[in-house]
Parts: sequence; C-alpha cells; structure tokens
Amino acid sequence: MKGRYGLYGGQYIPETLMNAIIELEEAYEYYKNDEEFNRELDGLMREYAGRPSLLYYAEKMTKDLGGAKIYLKREDLNHTGSHKINNVLGQVLLAKKMGKTRVIAETGAGQHGVATATAAALMGMECKVFMGKEDTERQALNVFRMELLGAEVEAVTSGTMTLKDAVNETMKEWAGRVEDTHYVLGSVMGPHPFPMMVRDFQKVIGKEIKEQLQAKEGKLPDAVIACVGGGSNAMGAFYEFIPDKSVRLIGCEAAGLGVDTDKNAATIANGTIGIFHGMKSLFCQDKYGQIAPVYSISAGLDYPGIGPEHAMLAEEGRAEYVPITDNEAVEAFEYLSRTEGIIPAIESAHAVAYAKKLAPTMGKDKIIVVNISGRGDKDVAAIARYRGVKIYE
Amino acid sequence: MSRIHQAFENKKAFIGFVTGGDPDLETTEKLVIAMEEAGADLIEIGIPFSDPIAEGVVIQEANIRALSAGCTTDKLFDSVKRAREKVTVPMVFLTYMNPIYTYGKEKFMQRCAECGIDGLIIPDLPFEEKGELIGVCQTYGIDIISLVAPTSHERIRMIAEKAQGFLYVVSSMGVTGVRGKIETDIESMVKLVRESSAIPCAIGFGIATPEQATTMASISDGAIVGSAIVKLVARYGRESIGPVAEYVRSMKSAVKEAEIE
Repeated sequence: MKGRYGLYGGQYIPETLMNAIIELEEAYEYYKNDEEFNRELDGLMREYAGRPSLLYYAEKMTKDLGGAKIYLKREDLNHTGSHKINNVLGQVLLAKKMGKTRVIAETGAGQHGVATATAAALMGMECKVFMGKEDTERQALNVFRMELLGAEVEAVTSGTMTLKDAVNETMKEWAGRVEDTHYVLGSVMGPHPFPMMVRDFQKVIGKEIKEQLQAKEGKLPDAVIACVGGGSNAMGAFYEFIPDKSVRLIGCEAAGLGVDTDKNAATIANGTIGIFHGMKSLFCQDKYGQIAPVYSISAGLDYPGIGPEHAMLAEEGRAEYVPITDNEAVEAFEYLSRTEGIIPAIESAHAVAYAKKLAPTMGKDKIIVVNISGRGDKDVAAIARYRGVKIYE
Repeated sequence: MSRIHQAFENKKAFIGFVTGGDPDLETTEKLVIAMEEAGADLIEIGIPFSDPIAEGVVIQEANIRALSAGCTTDKLFDSVKRAREKVTVPMVFLTYMNPIYTYGKEKFMQRCAECGIDGLIIPDLPFEEKGELIGVCQTYGIDIISLVAPTSHERIRMIAEKAQGFLYVVSSMGVTGVRGKIETDIESMVKLVRESSAIPCAIGFGIATPEQATTMASISDGAIVGSAIVKLVARYGRESIGPVAEYVRSMKSAVKEAEIE
C-alpha cells in the first residue's frame, strides 16, 4: 500500500488537504529523478549548506571511555547548525519548482524553523513559522534569528504550547491556504509523502558516514547512534545501513524525568499505536486516544509521536530505541563540550549519552558513529538555568 | 441503510452540532433533546479530542472544556444512549480517527449501534483511507459521512459516488468557525455531486445567521451549524438549553424558507 511502512504510515488528513498532498506526491515523484533538480540540490548542499559534513574521530572521548572507537558525524557544522537544512533545501527547492511562493513550517527547538526561514530567504519565498509559546520562551534566540531572516513567527498558545501544537496549527494554516503555500514538514512524520521525502533528503547523512568510514577505517561501523523525536536525523543516519545487518541502529528517545514518570517523551518505550498528525504510528496517549502532554528538556524531542518508519524498524527489531533522561543528556552535553571542545545540541546530547554507556561495553576494535545532529549554542542558556546559573541572554 | 435519509425526506434539513460533555454530559443530553424539539433534523455530537486539527478556536476550546470536565468516550456513549430513548432524529458522532482507533474499531461501532448512533463524521479520514473502517461500519450499520472541500474539484465525483448517509459540503477553506462571508462557488460543488449521485448534501463551516442558512439550504439539501451553537454553550454553560433551543428554532425556520424558494 502507498506510503505504508508495515502497519504504519498512511494519509489521514482532512479532505481540504488531499489535492495538495497528491500534487506534492506527484511533484516529488517527478523531480526526484529530474537531473536538473538533483544538480541544483546537490549544488546547494555543497556550496550553501557545506556538505559533506565531517566525520570526526573523537580520540579523547574514545580513550576516556576505554572501549569502542567513537566517530562523530558533524551535522552541527552544516549551515544553520543542524541536519534540518538537508531536508529544507530539498523541500523549498521542490516547492519553488511547483510554483509555490510561500512556505510554512512548525518548529520545536527552532532549528527547523531557522533552516526553513534561511532557505526561504535564499530562494525568495515568503515564510511563516509556528512555534509553541513555551518553546519560543526556552529558545528565544532562535525566534529572533528567524525574524532576522525575514520570517514571521507565530507563538502557538493552544494545548501544551509545544511542538505537537505547532504541528496542529501549521496543518490548520495549510488547510486555509494551499494554493500558493507549501508546508515544509520538518521530520519523517505526517502524511505520505512526507515520511519518505524527508528520509530521502536526509539519507545523505548515512551515505556520507559509510563512505567516510570506508576511507578512514575500511569497514562498516558496528553501531550508529542518533537521537529521536519525530526521527529525521536518525532516519537519515540509519537508512543507508538498514541492509547491513551487522550494524546496530540505536535511536535515543527523550525520557525527561524518567520513563516511569509522567514527564517524558519516550514514544517507543511508552507509546501505543494510534492515528494522528496524518499517520498511523506510535503515540504517547491515554486509553481513549487523547494525546498525552509529553515533556523533555529538549524542545526538539518534546513530541508525543514518532515517524512511521521508525515504528516499523522498532517492531521488526531492526533498530533499537533507548530512553535517555534529561539529566543524562545534560551530563553528556557538558561532557562532550569539555572532552572534545564540541558543544552539541541538547537533542544530540541524548545520543552522546548513550554512546557513553555503550562504548565501554564494546571492544577497542569496534566502531560507534554518533550523529551530532545540531550544535548547542541555542541551548547554552537553558543548560545554565538547569544548573541554576543565572546569565544574561 | 441507517435512518439518516429521514432527515432529508421531503424537506431541507437543519443539522446542529454540540461537543459532547461541554460543559458537562448532563447538559449535552438536555441539549440534544432540546435541539430535536426545536426542529433539528439531524444532530451531530462531537466526541472531544485533545488535538482537533480541523476545528477553529471555538470548538477546540469546547473540546478542552469537555475533557477537563472528565468527559470520556465511554461516558459519552452512556449519555447518548439515554438521550436516544427520547430522540428519534438521526444522530451522528463527529470525531477524529485516534479516539475511534484507540477504543478498538469493532468495539466502537458495536457501542455506536447500541446507543443509536447512525453515522460518523471523521475529518481526518479521507476517501483513500476509508478502508480502515468501512467493513466494520457496514457490519454495524453505521454510515461514514464523507466530506468534500472547495479544493476537492474532480475528487467530488469519486467521493459522491461512494458516499453514505449524506455528503458534508465544506463551504470554506481552513477550519470550522463562524464566517462573515462564504465566498466559495458552492453551487458548482453541489452540481458536481448531483451529477454523480443522489446522495443528499448539506453545507457546513461558517454558517451562523438565518440568512446564511436560507441561502445555503436553498442551493443544497440542508445547513450544518456548529460553532454558533457551541458559542452559546460557552456563554451560557448549564443554562444554555433555552438559548440554544431558541437559536435552533430560528435557524430551522430559516432553512424552511429555502423550501419555498
């Protein structure tokens, strides 16, 4: 079935949006094989975003942990500071080819919003970004950054005022204005073709990891670790390795104050199957299907669902998903900063935290690749607050 | 066949909506009964959902009020069952896929049948995904009410051909809510429906005044009103039965005027 990942996926959206989604699907099917489109996108990826991103051998971290060799995939070095730019350049270029003049997007931590505002500025499109009010407060710098780039930012005050509500409002906005507007969905979620299209634009991460590691070590990694909210950086890092059964694929979910508390966003650990935001997948919800108010220190992982392909990989056992608490993530944030001089995004710090646990259990001949999906400048103030330090932003 | 066709037999239908459990279930029960007495030909009851992505702020807030007051799908079923003892017009649920799916599709339809629910309006179940529910709905005699939107264009034919109960014609882009003006070329939409099917079609989204109701009913088989009623419930709470009944009466007579035109 179209847009299905096993049981998961689909197109559960209002009729008002159906023709827009079909138009998008057809345009993507056409342009993904179009030479000129691919040449332009490739040019943007190299000349504008700065690809390929580095695969860096974290020697001090490796020695300190005393086990597997650790490589960091430096998506934080991309233009705009995260992996989000990969998907956004693809989608905004596609929207332009489709004749759209305006893009809208949801954002959690603000990384996707910043990337969308950036691509819109570059390609001369109007841009509006929806961001939960709570997130506009914990990521105030990114709000100003988006405005600086010429985007309008709307603080969403409904529901839990976080990423889930930003998605709701962006969908509503799209239903009100589809003719000239493309919704740049930021993760491997939502209705088909988004989970497939976003994965395709992000799979460059895993492809580069494979080539770069081949050049450096002449072999495949033993594990690839990435953080998971909706799951785009993880899907991008994993996809190339799915057929390579020897490679463990490990997604790190936000466990907030703990998976056993009511303050977390660990969808694979605690979620059940449902239908929401256009897809059948796993969601944190109550027995009546009311979506749960989730929590994480990381605005980017603070989402009650997960992309349908991750739900399938989890069910098949092809990928493993582990919960990482706020505290573990903050410690990893500080650890990587001190050990390697790299400040990771608090989202990516969830992946670093698991690498810290896993590496010592593996032999020195083993290799772990950790996807550093974004840089942590945006989180510095929040981490200071977490540690009780008062600073002026 | 469910009893939905009765709402359109030799008349233009007035269809009223309330959110179940807003401000509490007792009031919902009274409202449903009062709406029938005031002339509603079909009643839509919303099962509250935490994230109603097709609703404007009025109905979204009603959903939150209902959930905060402790309304659950099970409790709403019980209320509807009690109301059904007095109400003879068709009743349908409006809700989203997740409350149905999570409840268990089979169990949900079984309870709908038991409680006298005739159909379901599910904004996030487009034509392409109807297979998810169609089999189990048929087993229990529950119609899936399809929607067509101003952006549907040629899809209208395909949707109308397979439509059950009645066809919900969405008047405007965006979400539910009162609108000063409806600018869509709805007559062309209705014409496409008529060419493909004998299904009755009623127009909803944005209708609040008797004038709008007359106009919309004159070009279709009925008018659907949600947010304007929910606004009265928000304003008067438990005391909303009188004001809602009065409003429904005025809207029903506005719809009746369209029968003469």
